This record gives sequence, structure tokens and C-alpha cells, in this order.
Amino acid sequence: MNIVVCVKQVPDTWSERTLKASDSTLDRDAADAVPNELDEYAIEEGLRIAEAHEGGVTIFSMGPPRAAETIRKALSMGADQAVHLVDDALAGSDVLGTSAAMAHVFERIGFDLIILGSESTDARTGVMAAMLAERLGVPQLSYASKVEIDGSKITIHRQADYGYDRVEATLPAVVSVVEKINEPRYPSFKGIMAAKKKPVQTWSLADIELDPAQVGLANSGSEVVSFAKRPPRQAGTVVADEGDGGSKAAEFLASRKFI
Amino acid sequence: MAEILVLAEHDGEAVKKVTFELVTLARKFGDPAVVWTGSGAEAAQSKLAEYGAAKVYVADGGEFDDYVVAPKAELLAELVQQKAPSAVLLASTAEGKEIGGRLAVKTSSGILTDVVGLSDDFIAEQLIFGGAINVSAKVRTGTPIIAVRPNAISLEPATGAARLEPVSVPIRDKAKMAQVLERVVQQRGERPELTEASIVVSGGRGVGSAENMALIEKLADSLGAAVGASRAVTDAGWYPHQFQVGQTGKTVSPQLYVAVGISGAIQHRAGMQTSKTIMVVNKDPEAPIFELADFGVVGDLFKVVPQLVEEIEKRTS
Repeated sequence: MNIVVCVKQVPDTWSERTLKASDSTLDRDAADAVPNELDEYAIEEGLRIAEAHEGGVTIFSMGPPRAAETIRKALSMGADQAVHLVDDALAGSDVLGTSAAMAHVFERIGFDLIILGSESTDARTGVMAAMLAERLGVPQLSYASKVEIDGSKITIHRQADYGYDRVEATLPAVVSVVEKINEPRYPSFKGIMAAKKKPVQTWSLADIELDPAQVGLANSGSEVVSFAKRPPRQAGTVVADEGDGGSKAAEFLASRKFI
Repeated sequence: MAEILVLAEHDGEAVKKVTFELVTLARKFGDPAVVWTGSGAEAAQSKLAEYGAAKVYVADGGEFDDYVVAPKAELLAELVQQKAPSAVLLASTAEGKEIGGRLAVKTSSGILTDVVGLSDDFIAEQLIFGGAINVSAKVRTGTPIIAVRPNAISLEPATGAARLEPVSVPIRDKAKMAQVLERVVQQRGERPELTEASIVVSGGRGVGSAENMALIEKLADSLGAAVGASRAVTDAGWYPHQFQVGQTGKTVSPQLYVAVGISGAIQHRAGMQTSKTIMVVNKDPEAPIFELADFGVVGDLFKVVPQLVEEIEKRTS
């Protein structure tokens, strides 16, 4: 089984994240770069499925040269090989451009299963699995908290506000995962050493014959008009409980007309 | 005036509040035309009229419930072509965004998600990086597809005809590839939904166990609130995962957020710091969550919360 796991390098949530004044895109230099957290669950799920169903795992990432760090980390967890799509023309791509580029790559490399984290911690749009499924014409199995594969049949638990839906489809498919699905493994020392020798193909747009008019900031379907830092919240009142903390809290709620 | 398509979120009976918020918002830009999938449109008609819906396109059919997302996107794409609306509004929920994403591909349109306000020329306001930055953005290709967060728009009643207009759009097999076999409901009592609730009470690591989450539920019920949980709680299995508030869970923006036993790690703050009023109970005076508090109590939650519940019940009975 040919499994592709998508990973994204994102600014660390613990860093000061901001946009660039010049073009209102993410300021990648301002923050530490880390793998998107939910992608580690996607990698883990890919590895587990590969182990159970005699498959191979290819890591895919689209991003600047520095994203190679995130790809190595994914390989050190046990994936077999990687494809890194990197081209200056991709900078500033929105979800339309990104999904077009990714779908183009996946059509070329072929797949039985594409696995993603359900959203990234930076843009948080949560639409990529749906858009890839639409572009590739394969089933969308998103927000999965459980995945079961039996031959070409795939069944997931799709998380919902009220619980979950049990959803069934036939491979090939696109799956996105939530963190409830598994416990990602830590890379072993052996894994880290082995990752250095694993094949990583670095492709430009020309390499995959993708029209640059489909991607990049200038061809984005949306644009940022302006942005500004939000003012911090006004400091409130903090009291120590001296046996009347609950009453004081109730008084506060009453003063704000919540009770 | 051009139409604004609004996709209704409903469960076949009750219409979600966010749908009325979207209709309220749509009125500023054109004639709100609600798109209703499946059954229940007749029962919802009068309520939709109360918020100024001009029309309701009704696509009755089981396929909208039987398959994941894709049939709804196909319906909307067809309506975009037939009706040439000036925008499509959806709820910025997991499903709403996914429908919007597929519609964006189908119609080669730009999409904006997690929108909290909309002004002239469909300039959308978004809060990014956990509410740290305000962004104004706009769609520049195709029909603007705008996913608006629940609780971001204040409801304003108006009178509309909400005329039901049946539409028939054949759903292709391509949209029927992910079949819903069963919906498994794991409700935790009759409470408002997390992202739509005007009050949310969340428990964190300090709550200590699954059993103790009952205390959080009790406080929530005394306020008519939804229950949330920090990631520590859902990771430990003390409360179901779908109730997680934070960067990898739900983003909420209620009138009142009560954080109990939550230290306020940045991942949690990213999901709640745009709440209008924030109240905190935590035994650690150094907990970063106090930085957000309009009112905070430093103390043992097992003493403070029962007293608070008692006081609320006294005042509201």
C-alpha cells in the first residue's frame, strides 16, 4: 500500500507569531519553526497502517528550504522516503494554490492513501483534506479519530460535535486525523541516524510541470488588506479565597448580569 | 438586489443559531437566500423569516445526510451557477469550512475562514494566531466564500418572506464516495453546543479526575452553560475529545468563559482568549490564565466551585 503523509512546517505557537509588513504573509524568520503538531499523528497513523498492510510511507511537504528539517524528523519516525516541493513561486499560496500544487504532485506519484493532520496550527483553516479530495476525485475521510482498513475498504470514525459518524469508503482516499487517534512515537536514535540516508526528492514547479499561474501570492484567491496586533486584555481583579471566594465570584457574575 | 446564499446548519429539526447569525449578516449585502438540505424546511420557515430570510432553497434528499460533505458542496456549486449570488456564507465549523473548501475548488473562488465580521465590499475581519492579530482580508477571485464563526455576529430580527423554493440538483456518484453508515451520539446531558453557547465552563488538569468533571458540569448547568475541557483533560480521557477548547480543539468566543483548574498554556488560550468576559478559578496565583481574567479567584476549586454553585442557585431560584 502506497501511503503519502503530508507534513507542514509551522511557526512555534510558543514564539511571537506575526505577519510581514511588506506582503502580509507569515513572517517565517520571526518565529521558531516546528513540525505541525497534528502531522505527527498523521505520520504515526501512516506508519501503523504501513506496518499492518505491507505498505510504504512517503512524506510530502511543500514549503521553503528550511522545511527539510521537518521532513527529516518525519523520516526519523520511520517513514521510507520524502518529496519536498520547494519553489519561490509557491510563496504566499492560499488554500486554492496549495491544494492545486499538492494534488498535482499526488497525481504524479500515485497513492492509495493520503493522510494529513486535520488542521495546521498557523492558518487553522481545516480545509485541505476536503480540497484535496475534491481535486483528486477520491473519498474525503476527514477528522478521523479511528481508521480501519480491510482490503480496499476503509472505515473511519469522523469526529462530530455530538460524538462521531462511522464512515466507509473504498481506497484510494484522503484521510485527516485528530489527535485522539493515536500516540505518536518518538524517533529512536537508530531512526534519527537512518533518516539521514533516506531518499528525499526536492522538486521545483518546473520538475513537476506545474503552471506557476496556479500558485503563489499573486494568484491567490484571497488577499490580506491590512493587519494589526490586538491590544492586550485589560487587567482584571484577582482575589485570594478566604472562605468566600465562591461568593465573590457569584457577586462578580451578578454585577455583569450573568446571574 | 443580488442574493447572498446562506447554507443552513440544522439537524433536521432545530436550526443552529449560527444560521440566524449568517442571515442577519447577509441582509447587509443583499437578499438572504437560505440553502436548506434534507428535511425540516417547512418547520424552520417561520424562524428563518424572523431574521429576514427572503427565500429558502430547499433541496430535499437523503444524500445530504448519507455522505460526507461533498453533496452539499455540489448543490451550492450548482446554485452559485444558477443564481449568481454576490457571496456564499457558511458557518465556520469543521463541516462548514470543508463544504466551503470544496465549493472554492469547484467554482475557482477564494475562501476566507474563521471570519468574525464583514464590512463593505466583503472585507472580512479575522483573528489569527490565537486572537493575537486582527486581519482584514478579501476574496479576489470568483464568488466570495465566507465562513463565519458562530457567536461572532449579534442576532437582529427582521421580517422576511422566507419563501420556500424547491430546487432539484442531481448529485453525481463522485460526491457519494464517503458514506455515513451510522451517527453515534455521545451526548453529555442537554447542554448548549460548545461553539454556540453564550457561557462556557471549562475544566483543566486541576480538576484531577473524570469523576470530578461532574463538578464542572454542575457549575455549567447552574449557568445554563456548555462544558469545555483543556487538552490535559481530554488527553487523560477524563472528558470526550470533542469538548476540547484550544489550538487543536474548538475555538470559542462566548459572552462568559469560566476557566476552572486551567493553568492557561498558550495552546488553551488560543482557543478562548477572544471571549468577552473571562473568570478564573485556580490555586496557583502564578498561572498565566490570570493574565486574561476579568475576575479571578486564587483558591482550591473544590471549595470555591461548590460555594459558587450554591450562591448561583440561591440567586437564581
